[in-house]
Amino acid sequence: MDNTQVTRVVITGMGTISPLGNSVDEFWKGIAKGENGIGPLTKFDGEAIDIHVAAEVKDFKASDFMDRKLAKRMDAFSQYGVAASLEAMKQSQLDTADVDPERIGVIVGSGIGGLETMQKQIIKMHEKGLDRVAPFFVPMAIGNMVAGNISIATGAKGPNLSLVTACASGNNSIGEAFRQIKHGYADVMYAGGAEASVNEIGISGFAALNALSNSQNPDSASIPFDKNRSGFVMGEGAGVIVLENLQHALDRNAPILGEIVGYGATADSFHMTAPSPDGEGAARAIRSSLKEAGIKPEEVGYINAHGTSTPANDSAETSAIKLGLGEKVAYSTPVSSTKSMTGHLLGAAGAIEAIICVKALSEGVLPPTIGLTESDELCDLDYIPASARKKQINYALNNSLGFGGHNAVTCFKRWEGA
Amino acid sequence: MTTFEKIQEIIVDQLDKETEEVQLKTNFREELEADSLDLFQIINDIEDEFDIKIEFDEGLNTVQDIVNTVNTQLEAK
Repeated sequence: MDNTQVTRVVITGMGTISPLGNSVDEFWKGIAKGENGIGPLTKFDGEAIDIHVAAEVKDFKASDFMDRKLAKRMDAFSQYGVAASLEAMKQSQLDTADVDPERIGVIVGSGIGGLETMQKQIIKMHEKGLDRVAPFFVPMAIGNMVAGNISIATGAKGPNLSLVTACASGNNSIGEAFRQIKHGYADVMYAGGAEASVNEIGISGFAALNALSNSQNPDSASIPFDKNRSGFVMGEGAGVIVLENLQHALDRNAPILGEIVGYGATADSFHMTAPSPDGEGAARAIRSSLKEAGIKPEEVGYINAHGTSTPANDSAETSAIKLGLGEKVAYSTPVSSTKSMTGHLLGAAGAIEAIICVKALSEGVLPPTIGLTESDELCDLDYIPASARKKQINYALNNSLGFGGHNAVTCFKRWEGA
Repeated sequence: MTTFEKIQEIIVDQLDKETEEVQLKTNFREELEADSLDLFQIINDIEDEFDIKIEFDEGLNTVQDIVNTVNTQLEAK
């Protein structure tokens, strides 16, 4: 070892707007109890495309979190992201701390961006003419605006980015934010993802790809790793965590919730929407995150799988976990897909699942895969079916895999003091 | 509803103000803190409401200016 000390990065705040509640407390309570956030699709009638359920955000009023005028200028994905950031800011006590705003950054992504706004304005253009497109169309629709709005709402003046890697956006954002701090470009980063695609164009688009479950029953629609799985359930919301340089957090007595110790990012280089069936790309991301964490595969106590409930993802991801950890270790490592409870939040998925990893480590509770009743020979790991398991663990992996062949894996460590 | 009342409603909604704050003589830039984006959006909403086209370089400063422009356009229809 040389004498340069590696910067450690900890989590000092978390926030979420989710199908299981609009705060981390509510969300985690639901997750730990194995509650289902999926219900009937209420935002529009999906009968024509045979879509009946969704994991919608409930009882969300943007004006509870921000100025009504400000909220009016944002697409729902931005509103969710800003609301989650404000909760995270409060928990990390950054709202009252004396911190140089130029050392606070934001990397919050979205898979799609302001889709509701795009849909509305394209319809308006079509019906009323080119000269009727609203001036707020562009600032509301563009996918980076969630990061821009978070910076405005929190006062963060450091590096400010959005990255788009489809369903890996949230997890890639957290990994890249980790590197910003580790390599000294910032002391604090808001990181995560936001998505609001429970609308006609969003759901129809994924339905056209045959990617969504056609189930009418919310309890058997998102059933990751089950033999009868037939597609994912569209979810919406946001997750934002505050990452912070450990010394910086200690110096200001910030609450420390967990530590991020590794990140792996790879590409399949295989197909636009299908994962490489052997899981080779995701396996490399797993190994790369373990390498950075400096741990052996058997030290991983829990994996929050991408586990979308599509036939292709869940078998390929199972292969990836076997390839990444080694087959023997894979069989003894608890894995679950919390998308069984939250549906699939696309670009926000990896972010709310990071929150779950941090809570699993600090609470000693491994969340279940609910609805999993019939096992599939291609999915034969320990998926923690039905209900949560009490177990103290030291390391958790968070897997996210996106269309385009993006693989992101982050590694979290239980916080036991510096 | 008069032209003024409809315009008043649009401005109140966009700028999150009280109805009493938006009167004919009110200057929306100075008194209502409307920025350029707000003004573009208010014009857009008014165009939708009355199905007219408003040129933005028409020297619009007060609510009265907008009401006059809208009325002129409506008469020309």
